[in-house]
Amino acid sequence: MIENRPFLKVLSHVILIFGVLLVAFPIWVAFVAATHDAGRMNILPLPMWPGGHFLENLDVALNQGVWGGDGQGVAFMLFNSMIMALVIAFGKIVISLLSAFAIVYFRFPFRMFFFWMIFVTLMLPVEVRILPTFEVVANLGMLNSYWGLTVPLIASATATFMFRQVFLTIPDELLEASRIDGAGPLRFFKDILIPMSQTNIAALFVILFIYGWNQYLWPLLITTDQDMYTIVIQIKRMLEAGEEAPQWHIVMMTTLLAMLPPVVVVVFMQKLFVKGLTETEK
Amino acid sequence: MASVTLDNIRKTYPNGYQAIHGVDVDIREGEFLVLVGPSGCGKSTLLRMIAGLEGVTEGTIRIGEREVNKLEPSQRDIAMVFQNYALYPHMSVYANMAYGLKIQGLPKDEIDQRVNAAAEILELTEEQLTRKPRQLSGGQRQRVAMGRAIVREPSVFLFDEPLSNLDAKLRVQMRLEIKRLQERLGITSIYVTHDQVEAMTLGHRLMVLNGGVVEQLGTPIELYERPASLFVAEFIGSPSMNLIPTKLGADGKTIRIADGIELSLANGGLADQAGEEVVFGVRPEHLELASGDEASLPLTATLVEHLGADTLIHGHFGDDRADLTVRLSGTHLVAAGDVLPIRITADHMHLFNPNTEKRLAL
Repeated sequence: MIENRPFLKVLSHVILIFGVLLVAFPIWVAFVAATHDAGRMNILPLPMWPGGHFLENLDVALNQGVWGGDGQGVAFMLFNSMIMALVIAFGKIVISLLSAFAIVYFRFPFRMFFFWMIFVTLMLPVEVRILPTFEVVANLGMLNSYWGLTVPLIASATATFMFRQVFLTIPDELLEASRIDGAGPLRFFKDILIPMSQTNIAALFVILFIYGWNQYLWPLLITTDQDMYTIVIQIKRMLEAGEEAPQWHIVMMTTLLAMLPPVVVVVFMQKLFVKGLTETEK
Repeated sequence: MASVTLDNIRKTYPNGYQAIHGVDVDIREGEFLVLVGPSGCGKSTLLRMIAGLEGVTEGTIRIGEREVNKLEPSQRDIAMVFQNYALYPHMSVYANMAYGLKIQGLPKDEIDQRVNAAAEILELTEEQLTRKPRQLSGGQRQRVAMGRAIVREPSVFLFDEPLSNLDAKLRVQMRLEIKRLQERLGITSIYVTHDQVEAMTLGHRLMVLNGGVVEQLGTPIELYERPASLFVAEFIGSPSMNLIPTKLGADGKTIRIADGIELSLANGGLADQAGEEVVFGVRPEHLELASGDEASLPLTATLVEHLGADTLIHGHFGDDRADLTVRLSGTHLVAAGDVLPIRITADHMHLFNPNTEKRLAL
């Protein structure tokens, strides 16, 4: 803003602070809930300030789970979620890098046809093709496995497009210079294209990691074995308390745990993330 | 070092556009050949065909004794310097220069030695070798691009308008450096430019291209003194040659320049084409001030430009409308409206056929 009026300055800060509070308040409530015992969470009004049971609840959530459940903590579910998110993120990046490379740098028959085929899949997210995909995954015997959790989610039109745009901004002279230097296509891919798309890869990794981590419907469908549950499913299962009141302190602790990895990824990759999405100079 | 031979090279694009219409040239070992012409004349296409970046529709390219039509660029033993340098932005200067050698699989110490030798020739410091290309100035990037070419120790250097991204002062300096470098290394070089000053100063020989056709191939002096066509006459030299469409006299020995002004031609003129239409050409620097009682032509000045070292006078002979440029060395205090006595020496006259646009030999 070019104007410099104190009133506007104060106003804009008030609006920003209000926005931050609005977004942060539910998280604060979750945190507070995770620090009290079960009894306190069932008495109204709900507490607004943290209690003293944080570590205790953390231990229960990680290692024991809710009472009356199957006595399993969520530690291994965090691990499952981590595997799923990482495989989806890396898988999507590798596959879309390769397909963008093919589309931009090779002249093969039906190139545009394949390009549009990839484009069309944008209209077919998992939710739309859920029955046939389930059928295929079941027939391949991939239910209740990491493969089943990740493979159907790996192909990504969005990422392919992003890399296509990135590759299109790389000047042709670089390809020509590398041809004169004697680099073959794969060498050019590895030595020039990938290093030059580094920031974009990092930005995409952040988005895709969170996408993978937050998967709900698909894991819910194909995992029946508790060993394969992800933490996002577990939160929902914890709420199915039947006759009893949900054990909010453990549920909220699990929620905090489920939020943690995406937050860590965003915080640590923030700089690269912003650079990858805004930088255009090549 | 190697010679480069182009034999009836043609290029037709898939859309039917014919970019090159049959080029023949023999580039000798160690020669510096400049391809020059306006944009779109096919000079870059021709260079890229030699490099192997464009396919050849017809004809053969030989580097040394080897036909290279079907070879990959890396197998042709060439190195190329690009207009925008095409340095790998994520690699250090050193890595940029070493990349090709690394792919060739040379041992580390040989790469090291070659890169350092090239850096020394190009006066790149040790510290600059560790930088990224974007941390260098335009002139330094240009040096790195040349360094990348030098370390390959190729038989042929190809330059694709390497100076056009530099500012005027740096361009002159780099031009000298390229010339010095080529003389020192003695590597056959092919250089593409649209700048006729660059072409004249750098090349042992120039090939003037226009619309994919070779207008003339020759040394800079040949092109300047005996342009083979109207196109070359206008293209080489700055300001460009004065051209006056006119007719030969009835006996073919004289030519009418303006109303009542006739000049006699050298070597008895063109008796066999008496009365024919011709284009008469004379360079601005060859319209000289006549002294004292010499026979002279009256030129009416309309506009005067002072360049310091030279004075450019625009004007016309008598009542003729044809606008002429006169270039006199030194400063001359001439005002618009002044009439100057001008003489033209017979051996500085050029005649062209207006239909074929070719030079008429006197």
